[in-house]
Amino acid sequence: MYSYYLAIVLAPLFAAIVAGLFGQRIGRKGAHSITIGAVGLSCLLSFYVLYRMYWGGAEAENISVYTWAVTDGLRMEIGFLVDRLTVLMMAVVTFVSLMVHVYTIGYMHDDPGYQRFFSYISLFTFSMLMLVMSNNFLQLFFGWEAVGLVSYLLIGFWYKRETAIFANLKAFLVNRVGDFGFILGIAAIVMFTGSLDYATVFGQADDIAAQSVAVFPGTPWNAMTLICILLFIGAMGKSAQAPLHVWLPDSMEGPTPISALIHAATMVTAGIFMVARMSPLYELSTTALAVVIVIGAITAFFMGLLGIVQNDIKRVVAYSTLSQLGYMTVALGASAYGAAIFHLMTHAFFKALLFLAAGSVIIAMHHEQDIRKMGGIRKYMPITYWTSLVGSLALIGFPGTAGFFSKDLLIEAVRESHWQGAGAVYWIAYLSVLLGVFVTALYSFRMFFLVFHGEERMDKETRSHLHESPSVVTVPLVMLAIPSLVIGWFTVGPVLFGGFFGDAIVVDHGRDVLAHMGEHWHGPMALLAHAWQTPVFWLAMAGLATAAFLYLLRPDLPAKIRARFEGLYNLLDRKYYFDDLYIKGFAAWGRNIGTALWKRGDQFLIDGVLVNGTANSVGKLAGVMRQLQSGYLYTYAFAMIIGLTMFLGWLIWFR
Amino acid sequence: MIGLQHYLTLSAMLFVLSIAGIIINRRNLILLLMCIELMLLAVNFNFIAFSRYLGDETGQVFVFFILTVAAAEAAIGLAILVVLFRTRRSINVQELNRMKG
Amino acid sequence: MSGYLLSTLIWLPVAGGVVLLAMGDDNDPASARANAMRWTALAVSVLTFILSIGLYTDFDTSTSAMQFVERAPWVDAIDASYYLGVDGLSAPLILLTTFITPLVVIAGWDVIKTRPAQYFAAFLILEGLMNGVFSALDGLLFYVFWEAMLVPMFLIIGVWGGERRVYATLKFFLYTFLGSVLMLVAFIYLYRVTGSFDLFGWMAAPLGLGAQKLIFIAFLLAFAVKVPMWPVHTWLPDAHVEAPTGGSVILAAIMLKMGGYGFVRLSLPIVPDGSEYYAAMMIALSLIAVVYIGFVALMQKDMKKLIAYSSIAHMGFVTLGFFIVWHMAGGSGAVLGIQGGMVQMVSHGLISGAMFLCVGVLYDRVHSRQIADYGGVANTMPVFAAFMVLFSMANAGLPGTSGFVGEFMVIIASFKANPWFAFFAATTLVLGAAYTLWMVKRVVYGEVANDNVAALQDLNRREFIVLGILAFAVLLVGLWPAPLVDMMNVTIEHLVEQAGQTKF
Repeated sequence: MYSYYLAIVLAPLFAAIVAGLFGQRIGRKGAHSITIGAVGLSCLLSFYVLYRMYWGGAEAENISVYTWAVTDGLRMEIGFLVDRLTVLMMAVVTFVSLMVHVYTIGYMHDDPGYQRFFSYISLFTFSMLMLVMSNNFLQLFFGWEAVGLVSYLLIGFWYKRETAIFANLKAFLVNRVGDFGFILGIAAIVMFTGSLDYATVFGQADDIAAQSVAVFPGTPWNAMTLICILLFIGAMGKSAQAPLHVWLPDSMEGPTPISALIHAATMVTAGIFMVARMSPLYELSTTALAVVIVIGAITAFFMGLLGIVQNDIKRVVAYSTLSQLGYMTVALGASAYGAAIFHLMTHAFFKALLFLAAGSVIIAMHHEQDIRKMGGIRKYMPITYWTSLVGSLALIGFPGTAGFFSKDLLIEAVRESHWQGAGAVYWIAYLSVLLGVFVTALYSFRMFFLVFHGEERMDKETRSHLHESPSVVTVPLVMLAIPSLVIGWFTVGPVLFGGFFGDAIVVDHGRDVLAHMGEHWHGPMALLAHAWQTPVFWLAMAGLATAAFLYLLRPDLPAKIRARFEGLYNLLDRKYYFDDLYIKGFAAWGRNIGTALWKRGDQFLIDGVLVNGTANSVGKLAGVMRQLQSGYLYTYAFAMIIGLTMFLGWLIWFR
Repeated sequence: MIGLQHYLTLSAMLFVLSIAGIIINRRNLILLLMCIELMLLAVNFNFIAFSRYLGDETGQVFVFFILTVAAAEAAIGLAILVVLFRTRRSINVQELNRMKG
Repeated sequence: MSGYLLSTLIWLPVAGGVVLLAMGDDNDPASARANAMRWTALAVSVLTFILSIGLYTDFDTSTSAMQFVERAPWVDAIDASYYLGVDGLSAPLILLTTFITPLVVIAGWDVIKTRPAQYFAAFLILEGLMNGVFSALDGLLFYVFWEAMLVPMFLIIGVWGGERRVYATLKFFLYTFLGSVLMLVAFIYLYRVTGSFDLFGWMAAPLGLGAQKLIFIAFLLAFAVKVPMWPVHTWLPDAHVEAPTGGSVILAAIMLKMGGYGFVRLSLPIVPDGSEYYAAMMIALSLIAVVYIGFVALMQKDMKKLIAYSSIAHMGFVTLGFFIVWHMAGGSGAVLGIQGGMVQMVSHGLISGAMFLCVGVLYDRVHSRQIADYGGVANTMPVFAAFMVLFSMANAGLPGTSGFVGEFMVIIASFKANPWFAFFAATTLVLGAAYTLWMVKRVVYGEVANDNVAALQDLNRREFIVLGILAFAVLLVGLWPAPLVDMMNVTIEHLVEQAGQTKF
């Protein structure tokens, strides 16, 4: 299977290099053919590997590709660990990537950077595969940063736009803050285990948990807690968890296909994947899990609220992504890793679908993204409309859709997870995910109704050009709509309760909520039949109804509500002032420090006082001494004689 | 009998005289040169006196060297002086302070 | 031939330089003579590089002993000899030198209009002398090469530099000279103790702690200025700003490495106890360099100054890696730190050289180094922009580029020494990205800022070759550092052993 894995990873890389370096020579058609071909191949092989592993019963494989470097007893290698968890991610990544590649042909049709774009997204596919297939922390970090790099390049794809290049710098820097924690986490792992290899590290997990580090003198921390929290800081950056979430909404400056691929379906879920991959470590630190669950809960609920006040079609979806990532994080914190990964998978499909549908609307609207200037688009774009409806229903967890199974069970898992006791952490988590359902339904359908229903608010010019997008756009929409609708039916049982992940995910027996829930599992039909008994369903319906009431029946109301609660609205509109804090606070603070150190430290103190100061004082001393040089011969002669006399005197009297 | 100390006293007097000439004289550069010659003469006196006293002729050989060098020096000194006078129109020592730093 | 490989690597470029000087100058860059001079310079430097490959292919990675040794009596009266040899610490740096020099020659091809022969000659002679520093095993010989090296650099900045070149070149000279004179004092002391200038004799000689401390301080002043470490770093930005592109490249890529090399070749093995005594101070200074200089770099308005400051921050990693040796609570980690420092030196040589060449490309066209004079370069120079972004990412330590390897090793090793060391060192992840990419944002991205930018021509073939070769090297080291690491491993293990032994 080794050659298969290599092919899966290297095909997109090869295509990216060809499209990137020889883009001019092979032309547009060449660029998209080669990249789609390569990603298609990866996708095909990934599904084959998935098939072999799940139905063929193939064992997990841990293969070393080459040795990066060995020093000081530390082996740094590049290698693949392909188990059930990996293979699921591979299939999701390559499938969504393939859809996005196809979609891009239509979306980027008129863009001069066509080949460059294909090169980037293929490179992204490569990086993401390296990340998920890694068998060690070094390669994980490589993939982690490489996807960050491609994200940086793609957010700034339209590099002439001031907002885009601001957003990409911001995204990279915020991610780097996360990576700061991540690399320290890796360093801590090396310190305690002397290895970067997953298998070795997991094997020594119990030893790590038994040790402690004195981070501050006198306050020993459990080593595992420290490691897990540091790693999770990395995940917070990449998966945009509060308070490192600020880059994700801004990243919408990039072209829509990458919003779908990178900033919804794959890259941002890397953090979730990472924590699930590290489950043998996280399971040994309940403190770290508590941190994870609280951060996730805060993100899930509060970022959802922001979606309600956004007017940019892509930003609404972006905040929805933040909120859904929060859901996954909560599941991780509740030790329901399977539920998190399952939601990750369904979310990848329906969120990519929603983004691509939004992109389809944006093309039709000639790159207008303000939902206040849309409305009634349903009759112009039927395919986009229906696929969007599927995506939105899946997002709110409407019974029967993929999102229903993943979200309903995720919330159920959080409810069942009593290991934290019924303390504050539990209630924060549970209430956040529960109320989040209402919020999700509200913002999703607010957007849906404003875009597709109601009066047509666009100008005449735009309206006259409105039409359905070409088939390269709509086919991916349909291809994504199908799994969004049905994939839950036949995957929920095996993935969540059928032991799909095998040894890939380790859960402490006392906390294994999914196993506990599995005892009462009677198949998807049973779950569906009881759907209407759960608060989740009614909250979603309430959200949907509220949206319908406010934006279909009484479109005059939202403005009034907004006027009434202006303080709250401002708080949401300014995104809880996070951006202000970071830009006017930290960034300005950093620049001031830089200026102070430069002007005061380097230029004034070191150069001015010490370096040139020394030179100046030598100069001044010389200025005094030169007074002795009168220029008259006789003074010099006199000085010589005095000197001579003194030496002679010294010779006579003191020797 | 005129002994060694008389020669040495004379030589010392000549030497001090010439030093005084160098330091006190602030008018004429030629006087300065002459004082230097005088100083060398004083040294020569010492050499000869000691040579005679110790019965070693080497000292007198040195005197010849010094005389030659003194002659050459005087020639060069005078040449510089002439050039100096041409450019500055003066050999007044008090006006010659261009060596000031 | 192979018996005299090191001598060849030293004297061939020097001879080439002398030949160029003898050919005389021609200020008409298009003339046949000027052309002949360029080709001679290129031929000599490329030949040197090709010969130096033998250093890699014939290198025995299983021993820490000196290889390619040459020894001949030199000044018998004081037992100084012409003693050359390389081990895992010096061989990579010699390879770096011979690799960078041809690129510098190509980069200066038709950019240098005045006195091209002297310009190229200066670089060739400099190359030979730098190889001499890296291969000298005799204290006096080391010192001679060390000081002689200043002369061509002094001339390069002073003759072909910018407006304030005299100030910069004097500052450069005095700073470095002050340090190295004290090193000479230490050498003379060591000679008095051992009666010879043999470095191995010095390493074996027992020394009291007091003497070791003084010697360490004397070495420190020489090497800290070269590295440069905070707070003796301020000559570097000035020198870089005023130096011609080629001068900046050599200065950043190789001359700074002299300082780091000095620490591992002299300080650690000769005065291990002195080094240990001051290790905490050295770590503090290194971390100050990383954090303080990171902030200073953020606010620079001049691209060359920005890169110069980033060099200081990156070199902070080198010294950090070297001096955490004594903070390892037993077990491994020390080798990793020094290894990281060494890799960082090589990698920084490639990356900073490339960054300065990128700035040079822009400077040749617009004659400005101010960030504010640019904007939207990607519109008119897409190929250049790709290179610039690649090297910037490498500068920010992106995995897959060489910039990551050393930083990663040092951070991991320093975490073992003390988590707080790693904490401050890792701030470079954020700071390095901030200052580098902010510059990229302002220079490369955006709308075309002015007519100068609108008139820019993309890279010509010559520039493309230079940057392409460097890009290849940066990626190669980043994706597969094993050859480099293997070359140094055994030597560093031996060094750690030496550093761990008490000498009194």
